Amino acid sequence: MNTFQNNNEIKLELKELYKAFEDTPVLEGISLQLKNKEFISILGPSGSGKSTIFNIISGLLKPDRGEVAIEGENHTGKTGRVSYMYQKDLLLPWRKVIDNASLPLIVKGMEKQQARETVAPFFKVFGLEGFEHKYPFQLSGGMRQRAALLRTYMFSKDIMLLDEPFGGLDAITRAKMQQWLLDVLQQLEASILFITHDIEEAIYLSDRVYILSERPAAVKKEIVIDLERPRGREILTSREFIDLKAEILSLL
Amino acid sequence: MKRSRSIENSIIPIGFSLILLLIWQLSVDMGMISRNMLPSPTDVGSTLIEILPDIYQHTLVTLTEAFAGFFASILLALILAILMDSVKVIKKAIYPILVVSQTVPLIVLAPLFVMWFGYGMMPKIIVVVLVCFFPILISLLDGLSSVDKDMINLLKSMKASRLQIFRLVKFPAAMVSFFSGLRIAATYSIMGAIIGEWMGGKAGLGIYMTRVKYSFAYDKTFAAILVIVVLSMMVFYAVRLLQRLAMPWSIEMEKNRR
Repeated sequence: MNTFQNNNEIKLELKELYKAFEDTPVLEGISLQLKNKEFISILGPSGSGKSTIFNIISGLLKPDRGEVAIEGENHTGKTGRVSYMYQKDLLLPWRKVIDNASLPLIVKGMEKQQARETVAPFFKVFGLEGFEHKYPFQLSGGMRQRAALLRTYMFSKDIMLLDEPFGGLDAITRAKMQQWLLDVLQQLEASILFITHDIEEAIYLSDRVYILSERPAAVKKEIVIDLERPRGREILTSREFIDLKAEILSLL
Repeated sequence: MKRSRSIENSIIPIGFSLILLLIWQLSVDMGMISRNMLPSPTDVGSTLIEILPDIYQHTLVTLTEAFAGFFASILLALILAILMDSVKVIKKAIYPILVVSQTVPLIVLAPLFVMWFGYGMMPKIIVVVLVCFFPILISLLDGLSSVDKDMINLLKSMKASRLQIFRLVKFPAAMVSFFSGLRIAATYSIMGAIIGEWMGGKAGLGIYMTRVKYSFAYDKTFAAILVIVVLSMMVFYAVRLLQRLAMPWSIEMEKNRR
Protein backbone atom coordinates (compact mmCIF):
# COMPACT_ATOMS: atom_id res chain seq x y z
CA MET A 1 0.00 0.00 0.00
CA ASN A 2 2.81 2.35 0.77
CA THR A 3 4.80 1.60 -2.32
CA PHE A 4 3.92 4.92 -3.89
CA GLN A 5 4.94 6.85 -0.82
CA ASN A 6 7.65 9.38 -1.35
CA ASN A 7 9.08 12.08 0.81
CA ASN A 8 6.99 14.81 -0.71
CA GLU A 9 3.72 13.09 0.00
CA ILE A 10 1.30 15.36 1.83
CA LYS A 11 0.35 13.77 5.15
CA LEU A 12 -1.98 16.45 6.36
CA GLU A 13 -3.64 19.35 4.67
CA LEU A 14 -5.87 22.06 6.05
CA LYS A 15 -8.06 23.71 3.48
CA GLU A 16 -9.54 27.11 4.28
CA LEU A 17 -10.58 26.47 7.89
CA TYR A 18 -13.06 28.91 9.36
CA LYS A 19 -14.25 28.80 12.95
CA ALA A 20 -16.13 31.20 15.18
CA PHE A 21 -17.10 30.84 18.83
CA GLU A 22 -20.50 32.41 19.22
CA ASP A 23 -20.00 35.56 17.16
CA THR A 24 -16.25 35.91 17.59
CA PRO A 25 -14.35 34.68 14.58
CA VAL A 26 -11.26 32.76 15.65
CA LEU A 27 -9.96 31.22 12.44
CA GLU A 28 -10.26 32.95 9.11
CA GLY A 29 -9.24 30.69 6.32
CA ILE A 30 -6.34 28.67 7.70
CA SER A 31 -4.65 26.57 5.03
CA LEU A 32 -1.48 24.63 5.49
CA GLN A 33 0.29 21.48 4.42
CA LEU A 34 2.37 18.99 6.33
CA LYS A 35 4.51 16.69 4.25
CA ASN A 36 5.91 13.32 5.17
CA LYS A 37 8.60 13.52 7.89
CA GLU A 38 8.37 17.27 7.96
CA PHE A 39 8.54 19.45 11.07
CA ILE A 40 6.20 22.41 10.80
CA SER A 41 5.67 25.09 13.40
CA ILE A 42 2.69 27.34 13.81
CA LEU A 43 3.93 30.54 15.37
CA GLY A 44 1.58 33.17 16.65
CA PRO A 45 0.74 35.40 19.59
CA SER A 46 -0.99 33.86 22.60
CA GLY A 47 -4.72 33.55 22.18
CA SER A 48 -4.50 33.64 18.41
CA GLY A 49 -6.43 30.41 18.07
CA LYS A 50 -3.51 28.02 17.60
CA SER A 51 -5.00 25.43 19.92
CA THR A 52 -8.32 25.73 18.09
CA ILE A 53 -6.53 24.59 14.95
CA PHE A 54 -5.25 21.52 16.77
CA ASN A 55 -8.66 20.78 18.27
CA ILE A 56 -10.06 20.82 14.74
CA ILE A 57 -7.33 18.61 13.31
CA SER A 58 -7.71 16.08 16.12
CA GLY A 59 -11.46 16.01 15.47
CA LEU A 60 -12.50 17.40 18.86
CA LEU A 61 -13.99 20.45 17.18
CA LYS A 62 -15.73 20.87 13.86
CA PRO A 63 -14.79 23.84 11.68
CA ASP A 64 -17.59 26.08 10.44
CA ARG A 65 -16.15 25.77 6.96
CA GLY A 66 -13.14 24.06 5.45
CA GLU A 67 -11.64 20.63 5.43
CA VAL A 68 -9.05 18.54 7.22
CA ALA A 69 -7.50 16.07 4.81
CA ILE A 70 -5.22 13.31 6.02
CA GLU A 71 -3.33 11.44 3.32
CA GLY A 72 -5.82 12.84 0.84
CA GLU A 73 -8.89 11.66 2.71
CA ASN A 74 -11.41 13.93 4.38
CA HIS A 75 -11.07 13.59 8.15
CA THR A 76 -12.98 16.68 9.24
CA GLY A 77 -14.51 16.19 12.68
CA LYS A 78 -13.21 12.66 13.08
CA THR A 79 -11.20 11.71 16.15
CA GLY A 80 -8.79 8.84 16.53
CA ARG A 81 -6.37 9.46 13.67
CA VAL A 82 -3.64 11.89 14.75
CA SER A 83 -2.00 12.08 18.14
CA TYR A 84 -2.16 15.18 20.25
CA MET A 85 0.16 16.37 22.99
CA TYR A 86 -0.72 19.22 25.33
CA GLN A 87 1.47 21.65 27.20
CA LYS A 88 0.45 19.82 30.37
CA ASP A 89 1.91 16.34 30.49
CA LEU A 90 -1.51 14.89 31.48
CA LEU A 91 0.10 11.74 32.82
CA LEU A 92 -2.22 9.74 35.03
CA PRO A 93 -0.69 9.82 38.53
CA TRP A 94 -1.91 6.31 39.39
CA ARG A 95 -0.28 4.67 36.40
CA LYS A 96 3.38 3.85 36.17
CA VAL A 97 5.26 5.54 33.33
CA ILE A 98 5.08 2.41 31.21
CA ASP A 99 1.33 2.13 31.73
CA ASN A 100 0.87 5.80 30.95
CA ALA A 101 2.77 5.33 27.71
CA SER A 102 0.63 2.32 26.83
CA LEU A 103 -2.64 4.15 27.49
CA PRO A 104 -3.35 4.71 23.76
CA LEU A 105 -2.92 0.99 23.12
CA ILE A 106 -5.24 0.16 26.01
CA VAL A 107 -7.82 2.55 24.50
CA LYS A 108 -7.45 0.70 21.23
CA GLY A 109 -8.31 -2.48 23.09
CA MET A 110 -4.94 -4.10 23.73
CA GLU A 111 -4.31 -6.18 26.86
CA LYS A 112 -2.18 -4.53 29.55
CA GLN A 113 0.71 -6.97 29.30
CA GLN A 114 0.86 -6.89 25.53
CA ALA A 115 0.67 -3.09 25.56
CA ARG A 116 3.61 -2.97 27.95
CA GLU A 117 5.65 -5.23 25.70
CA THR A 118 4.84 -3.06 22.69
CA VAL A 119 5.86 0.13 24.45
CA ALA A 120 8.95 -1.14 26.26
CA PRO A 121 11.45 -0.99 23.34
CA PHE A 122 10.76 2.72 22.84
CA PHE A 123 11.92 3.71 26.31
CA LYS A 124 15.48 3.64 25.09
CA VAL A 125 14.78 5.83 22.06
CA PHE A 126 12.98 8.38 24.22
CA GLY A 127 15.68 8.46 26.87
CA LEU A 128 13.37 7.04 29.50
CA GLU A 129 15.24 3.85 30.20
CA GLY A 130 15.02 2.83 33.85
CA PHE A 131 11.90 4.92 34.45
CA GLU A 132 9.41 2.32 33.24
CA HIS A 133 8.14 1.43 36.69
CA LYS A 134 8.30 4.85 38.29
CA TYR A 135 5.21 6.91 38.96
CA PRO A 136 4.90 10.28 37.20
CA PHE A 137 5.34 12.27 40.42
CA GLN A 138 8.78 10.75 40.78
CA LEU A 139 9.90 12.32 37.49
CA SER A 140 11.19 15.82 36.74
CA GLY A 141 9.22 18.13 34.46
CA GLY A 142 11.44 17.33 31.49
CA MET A 143 11.17 13.60 32.01
CA ARG A 144 7.41 13.84 32.31
CA GLN A 145 7.24 15.61 28.95
CA ARG A 146 9.36 12.83 27.46
CA ALA A 147 6.90 10.28 28.80
CA ALA A 148 4.01 12.35 27.42
CA LEU A 149 5.65 12.46 24.02
CA LEU A 150 6.18 8.71 24.10
CA ARG A 151 2.50 8.25 24.90
CA THR A 152 1.64 10.61 22.04
CA TYR A 153 3.86 8.62 19.70
CA MET A 154 2.25 5.34 20.76
CA PHE A 155 -1.12 6.58 19.56
CA SER A 156 -0.16 7.70 16.09
CA LYS A 157 3.35 7.23 14.86
CA ASP A 158 3.07 9.26 11.66
CA ILE A 159 1.25 12.50 12.48
CA MET A 160 1.79 14.18 15.82
CA LEU A 161 0.37 17.49 17.00
CA LEU A 162 2.49 19.09 19.71
CA ASP A 163 0.88 22.05 21.46
CA GLU A 164 3.63 24.02 23.20
CA PRO A 165 5.01 20.85 24.76
CA PHE A 166 7.91 22.69 26.41
CA GLY A 167 5.94 25.79 27.37
CA GLY A 168 5.83 24.88 31.03
CA LEU A 169 9.53 24.17 31.43
CA ASP A 170 12.31 26.48 32.58
CA ALA A 171 14.62 27.92 29.92
CA ILE A 172 17.50 25.51 30.52
CA THR A 173 15.39 22.37 30.58
CA ARG A 174 13.57 23.69 27.58
CA ALA A 175 16.77 24.07 25.55
CA LYS A 176 17.76 20.52 26.51
CA MET A 177 14.37 19.18 25.54
CA GLN A 178 14.50 20.86 22.13
CA GLN A 179 17.82 19.17 21.45
CA TRP A 180 16.41 15.91 22.74
CA LEU A 181 13.36 16.21 20.49
CA LEU A 182 15.53 16.69 17.40
CA ASP A 183 17.60 13.64 18.36
CA VAL A 184 14.55 11.47 18.96
CA LEU A 185 12.82 12.54 15.76
CA GLN A 186 15.83 11.46 13.71
CA GLN A 187 15.07 7.91 14.79
CA LEU A 188 11.33 8.08 14.04
CA GLU A 189 9.20 8.34 10.93
CA ALA A 190 7.00 11.12 12.16
CA SER A 191 5.51 14.27 10.68
CA ILE A 192 5.17 16.96 13.30
CA LEU A 193 2.92 19.96 13.62
CA PHE A 194 4.21 22.11 16.45
CA ILE A 195 2.61 25.08 18.18
CA THR A 196 4.77 27.67 19.85
CA HIS A 197 5.04 31.37 20.52
CA ASP A 198 8.80 31.16 20.92
CA ILE A 199 10.47 32.38 17.72
CA GLU A 200 13.84 30.73 18.38
CA GLU A 201 12.20 27.43 19.20
CA ALA A 202 10.22 27.54 15.95
CA ILE A 203 13.27 28.28 13.80
CA TYR A 204 15.51 25.84 15.61
CA LEU A 205 13.17 22.87 15.27
CA SER A 206 11.28 23.40 12.03
CA ASP A 207 11.55 22.88 8.30
CA ARG A 208 8.87 25.49 7.75
CA VAL A 209 7.12 28.01 9.97
CA TYR A 210 3.62 29.36 9.47
CA ILE A 211 3.20 32.78 11.02
CA LEU A 212 -0.29 33.54 12.25
CA SER A 213 -1.86 36.93 12.65
CA GLU A 214 -3.65 38.08 15.79
CA ARG A 215 -7.16 36.80 16.31
CA PRO A 216 -8.98 36.08 14.06
CA ALA A 217 -6.09 33.96 12.93
CA ALA A 218 -5.00 33.77 9.32
CA VAL A 219 -1.68 32.64 7.90
CA LYS A 220 0.39 35.78 7.49
CA LYS A 221 3.35 34.14 5.93
CA GLU A 222 5.04 30.82 5.41
CA ILE A 223 8.77 30.82 6.02
CA VAL A 224 11.08 28.04 4.89
CA ILE A 225 13.84 27.34 7.37
CA ASP A 226 16.73 26.31 5.21
CA LEU A 227 19.15 25.34 7.94
CA GLU A 228 21.17 22.17 7.65
CA ARG A 229 20.32 19.15 9.80
CA PRO A 230 21.36 17.80 12.20
CA ARG A 231 21.30 21.08 14.05
CA GLY A 232 23.22 21.97 17.19
CA ARG A 233 22.81 24.87 19.58
CA GLU A 234 25.61 26.75 17.83
CA ILE A 235 23.34 27.63 14.90
CA LEU A 236 21.40 29.88 17.25
CA THR A 237 24.11 32.50 16.76
CA SER A 238 24.70 31.91 13.05
CA ARG A 239 24.05 34.60 10.47
CA GLU A 240 21.19 32.74 8.74
CA PHE A 241 19.45 32.07 12.04
CA ILE A 242 19.57 35.69 13.08
CA ASP A 243 18.34 36.83 9.69
CA LEU A 244 15.38 34.47 9.94
CA LYS A 245 14.65 35.70 13.43
CA ALA A 246 14.73 39.30 12.26
CA GLU A 247 12.39 38.50 9.40
CA ILE A 248 9.87 36.81 11.69
CA LEU A 249 10.08 39.58 14.29
CA SER A 250 9.27 42.13 11.63
CA LEU A 251 6.14 40.15 10.77
CA LEU A 252 4.77 39.79 14.28
CA MET B 1 16.51 16.40 59.78
CA LYS B 2 13.47 14.60 58.42
CA ARG B 3 13.74 11.94 61.10
CA SER B 4 13.94 14.38 63.97
CA ARG B 5 10.88 16.17 62.64
CA SER B 6 8.82 12.99 62.56
CA ILE B 7 9.83 12.26 66.16
CA GLU B 8 8.85 15.79 67.03
CA ASN B 9 5.54 15.28 65.29
CA SER B 10 4.67 12.33 67.49
CA ILE B 11 6.22 13.51 70.74
CA ILE B 12 4.41 16.84 70.92
CA PRO B 13 0.82 15.55 70.64
CA ILE B 14 1.47 12.51 72.84
CA GLY B 15 3.27 14.59 75.44
CA PHE B 16 0.53 17.19 75.53
CA SER B 17 -2.18 14.53 75.93
CA LEU B 18 -0.23 12.95 78.77
CA ILE B 19 0.00 16.30 80.52
CA LEU B 20 -3.76 16.78 80.21
CA LEU B 21 -4.38 13.29 81.58
CA LEU B 22 -2.02 14.02 84.46
CA ILE B 23 -3.86 17.25 85.33
CA TRP B 24 -7.15 15.33 85.20
CA GLN B 25 -5.77 12.55 87.40
CA LEU B 26 -4.31 14.97 89.96
CA SER B 27 -7.40 17.16 90.21
CA VAL B 28 -9.54 14.13 91.00
CA ASP B 29 -6.98 12.58 93.36
CA MET B 30 -6.54 15.84 95.22
CA GLY B 31 -10.28 16.14 95.69
CA MET B 32 -10.81 19.23 93.56
CA ILE B 33 -13.46 17.33 91.61
CA SER B 34 -15.68 14.73 93.23
CA ARG B 35 -14.86 11.20 92.13
CA ASN B 36 -18.59 10.53 91.79
CA MET B 37 -18.99 13.26 89.24
CA LEU B 38 -15.82 12.64 87.27
CA PRO B 39 -13.83 9.42 87.59
CA SER B 40 -10.04 9.76 87.20
CA PRO B 41 -8.21 8.23 84.22
CA THR B 42 -6.92 5.35 86.34
CA ASP B 43 -10.47 4.69 87.64
CA VAL B 44 -11.68 4.52 84.04
CA GLY B 45 -8.83 2.19 83.14
CA SER B 46 -9.51 -0.27 85.94
CA THR B 47 -13.27 -0.12 85.31
CA LEU B 48 -12.65 -0.87 81.66
CA ILE B 49 -10.76 -4.05 82.49
CA GLU B 50 -13.50 -5.02 84.91
CA ILE B 51 -16.39 -4.53 82.47
CA LEU B 52 -14.65 -5.83 79.34
CA PRO B 53 -16.37 -9.27 79.47
CA ASP B 54 -19.72 -7.46 79.92
CA ILE B 55 -19.37 -5.05 77.04
CA TYR B 56 -17.78 -7.49 74.63
CA GLN B 57 -21.18 -8.57 73.27
CA HIS B 58 -22.39 -4.97 73.12
CA THR B 59 -19.29 -3.97 71.19
CA LEU B 60 -19.87 -6.71 68.65
CA VAL B 61 -23.45 -5.56 68.07
CA THR B 62 -22.38 -1.94 67.61
CA LEU B 63 -19.60 -2.95 65.23
CA THR B 64 -21.99 -5.09 63.18
CA GLU B 65 -24.43 -2.19 62.84
CA ALA B 66 -21.65 0.23 61.99
CA PHE B 67 -20.14 -2.02 59.33
CA ALA B 68 -23.48 -2.95 57.78
CA GLY B 69 -24.39 0.71 57.54
CA PHE B 70 -20.96 1.70 56.31
CA PHE B 71 -20.92 -0.82 53.47
CA ALA B 72 -24.52 -0.06 52.52
CA SER B 73 -23.50 3.61 52.36
CA ILE B 74 -20.55 2.86 50.09
CA LEU B 75 -22.72 0.86 47.74
CA LEU B 76 -25.48 3.45 47.69
CA ALA B 77 -23.02 6.33 47.24
CA LEU B 78 -21.24 4.54 44.39
CA ILE B 79 -24.44 3.87 42.49
CA LEU B 80 -25.81 7.37 43.02
CA ALA B 81 -22.50 9.08 42.23
CA ILE B 82 -22.13 7.23 38.95
CA LEU B 83 -25.74 7.98 38.02
CA MET B 84 -25.49 11.63 39.02
CA ASP B 85 -22.21 12.08 37.20
CA SER B 86 -23.31 10.48 33.95
CA VAL B 87 -26.84 11.87 33.77
CA LYS B 88 -26.84 15.58 34.59
CA VAL B 89 -30.63 15.71 35.04
CA ILE B 90 -30.42 13.24 37.90
CA LYS B 91 -27.72 15.31 39.57
CA LYS B 92 -29.76 18.48 39.25
CA ALA B 93 -32.84 16.75 40.65
CA ILE B 94 -31.25 14.95 43.58
CA TYR B 95 -28.47 17.24 44.78
CA PRO B 96 -30.64 19.82 46.58
CA ILE B 97 -32.64 17.10 48.31
CA LEU B 98 -29.45 15.52 49.56
CA VAL B 99 -28.18 18.80 50.97
CA VAL B 100 -31.49 19.50 52.70
CA SER B 101 -31.54 15.98 54.11
CA GLN B 102 -28.28 16.73 55.88
CA THR B 103 -29.78 19.66 57.75
CA VAL B 104 -32.34 17.49 59.58
CA PRO B 105 -30.96 16.63 63.03
CA LEU B 106 -30.56 12.88 63.26
CA ILE B 107 -31.23 12.86 66.96
CA VAL B 108 -34.80 13.87 66.11
CA LEU B 109 -35.22 11.26 63.41
CA ALA B 110 -33.75 8.34 65.29
CA PRO B 111 -36.79 7.81 67.59
CA LEU B 112 -39.02 7.74 64.50
CA PHE B 113 -36.91 4.98 63.00
CA VAL B 114 -37.36 3.00 66.20
CA MET B 115 -41.13 3.42 65.89
CA TRP B 116 -41.10 2.39 62.25
CA PHE B 117 -38.56 -0.40 62.29
CA GLY B 118 -38.66 -1.66 65.86
CA TYR B 119 -35.88 -2.35 68.35
CA GLY B 120 -33.68 -4.50 66.15
CA MET B 121 -30.59 -3.55 64.18
CA MET B 122 -32.46 -2.02 61.26
CA PRO B 123 -33.13 1.48 62.65
CA LYS B 124 -29.48 1.71 63.80
CA ILE B 125 -28.17 0.72 60.41
CA ILE B 126 -30.38 3.38 58.83
CA VAL B 127 -28.92 6.03 61.11
CA VAL B 128 -25.42 4.91 60.19
CA VAL B 129 -26.29 5.11 56.50
CA LEU B 130 -27.70 8.60 56.93
CA VAL B 131 -24.52 9.71 58.64
CA CYS B 132 -21.99 7.97 56.36
CA PHE B 133 -23.65 8.19 52.99
CA PHE B 134 -23.34 11.93 52.49
CA PRO B 135 -19.58 12.43 52.95
CA ILE B 136 -18.88 9.43 50.72
CA LEU B 137 -21.20 10.61 47.97
CA ILE B 138 -19.91 14.19 48.03
CA SER B 139 -16.29 13.07 47.93
CA LEU B 140 -17.05 10.76 45.01
CA LEU B 141 -18.91 13.43 43.07
CA ASP B 142 -16.13 15.94 43.69
CA GLY B 143 -13.56 13.42 42.58
CA LEU B 144 -15.45 12.52 39.42
CA SER B 145 -15.88 16.14 38.39
CA SER B 146 -12.35 17.18 39.33
CA VAL B 147 -10.79 15.48 36.33
CA ASP B 148 -8.83 17.81 34.06
CA LYS B 149 -10.92 18.69 30.99
CA ASP B 150 -7.83 18.38 28.80
CA MET B 151 -7.29 14.84 30.08
CA ILE B 152 -10.78 13.93 28.92
CA ASN B 153 -10.19 15.69 25.60
CA LEU B 154 -6.96 13.76 25.18
CA LEU B 155 -8.85 10.51 25.52
CA LYS B 156 -11.59 11.73 23.23
CA SER B 157 -8.97 12.57 20.61
CA MET B 158 -7.93 8.92 20.90
CA LYS B 159 -11.53 7.98 20.16
CA ALA B 160 -12.06 6.51 23.61
CA SER B 161 -15.63 5.58 24.50
CA ARG B 162 -17.46 7.15 27.45
CA LEU B 163 -17.08 3.92 29.36
CA GLN B 164 -13.34 3.86 28.69
CA ILE B 165 -12.97 7.46 29.82
CA PHE B 166 -14.84 6.59 32.98
CA ARG B 167 -12.89 3.44 33.67
CA LEU B 168 -9.43 4.71 32.73
CA VAL B 169 -9.57 8.28 33.97
CA LYS B 170 -12.60 9.48 35.90
CA PHE B 171 -13.09 6.63 38.33
CA PRO B 172 -9.44 6.20 39.33
CA ALA B 173 -9.10 9.99 39.58
CA ALA B 174 -12.02 10.03 42.01
CA MET B 175 -10.42 7.42 44.26
CA VAL B 176 -8.22 9.81 46.24
CA SER B 177 -11.10 12.01 47.24
CA PHE B 178 -13.32 8.92 47.66
CA PHE B 179 -10.94 7.61 50.29
CA SER B 180 -10.86 10.89 52.18
CA GLY B 181 -14.66 10.75 52.32
CA LEU B 182 -14.41 7.13 53.37
CA ARG B 183 -12.10 7.96 56.27
CA ILE B 184 -14.54 10.53 57.63
CA ALA B 185 -17.49 8.19 57.13
CA ALA B 186 -15.67 5.31 58.83
CA THR B 187 -15.23 7.26 62.05
CA TYR B 188 -18.82 8.53 61.84
CA SER B 189 -20.12 5.00 61.40
CA ILE B 190 -19.43 4.01 65.02
CA MET B 191 -20.93 7.26 66.26
CA GLY B 192 -23.98 6.75 64.05
CA ALA B 193 -24.57 3.30 65.49
CA ILE B 194 -24.33 4.70 69.04
CA ILE B 195 -26.85 7.46 68.24
CA GLY B 196 -29.21 4.86 66.82
CA GLU B 197 -28.86 2.69 69.90
CA TRP B 198 -29.39 5.62 72.24
CA MET B 199 -33.06 5.63 71.20
CA GLY B 200 -33.60 2.14 72.46
CA GLY B 201 -32.84 -1.43 71.59
CA LYS B 202 -31.66 -4.72 73.00
CA ALA B 203 -27.88 -4.59 72.83
CA GLY B 204 -25.01 -2.37 71.78
CA LEU B 205 -22.60 0.08 73.38
CA GLY B 206 -25.18 2.86 73.18
CA ILE B 207 -27.69 0.75 75.08
CA TYR B 208 -25.04 -0.14 77.62
CA MET B 209 -24.24 3.53 78.08
CA THR B 210 -27.86 4.56 78.65
CA ARG B 211 -28.16 1.81 81.26
CA VAL B 212 -25.06 2.78 83.21
CA LYS B 213 -26.01 6.44 82.91
CA TYR B 214 -29.26 5.77 84.77
CA SER B 215 -27.35 4.01 87.53
CA PHE B 216 -24.95 6.97 87.74
CA ALA B 217 -21.96 4.72 87.04
CA TYR B 218 -19.96 7.42 85.32
CA ASP B 219 -16.75 5.42 85.40
CA LYS B 220 -18.49 2.83 83.19
CA THR B 221 -19.77 5.57 80.87
CA PHE B 222 -16.22 6.83 80.44
CA ALA B 223 -14.91 3.30 79.93
CA ALA B 224 -17.50 2.82 77.17
CA ILE B 225 -16.48 6.17 75.61
CA LEU B 226 -12.90 4.96 75.61
CA VAL B 227 -13.97 1.83 73.74
CA ILE B 228 -15.86 3.94 71.20
CA VAL B 229 -12.84 6.19 70.64
CA VAL B 230 -10.55 3.21 70.16
CA LEU B 231 -12.98 1.56 67.73
CA SER B 232 -13.38 4.75 65.71
CA MET B 233 -9.62 5.22 65.50
CA MET B 234 -9.26 1.61 64.43
CA VAL B 235 -11.67 1.89 61.52
CA PHE B 236 -10.06 5.20 60.55
CA TYR B 237 -6.65 3.57 60.29
CA ALA B 238 -8.10 0.47 58.65
CA VAL B 239 -9.39 2.67 55.83
CA ARG B 240 -6.04 4.41 55.62
CA LEU B 241 -4.31 1.03 55.39
CA LEU B 242 -6.74 -0.03 52.70
CA GLN B 243 -5.90 3.13 50.76
CA ARG B 244 -2.21 2.38 51.08
CA LEU B 245 -2.76 -1.11 49.71
CA ALA B 246 -5.12 -0.07 46.94
CA MET B 247 -3.28 3.06 45.84
CA PRO B 248 0.34 3.07 46.97
CA TRP B 249 1.02 6.09 44.76
CA SER B 250 -1.51 8.31 46.51
CA ILE B 251 0.18 8.19 49.90
CA GLU B 252 3.56 8.77 48.27
CA MET B 253 2.13 11.73 46.45
CA GLU B 254 0.80 13.27 49.64
CA LYS B 255 4.24 12.88 51.20
CA ASN B 256 5.89 14.54 48.22
CA ARG B 257 3.57 17.48 48.37
CA ARG B 258 4.51 18.29 51.94
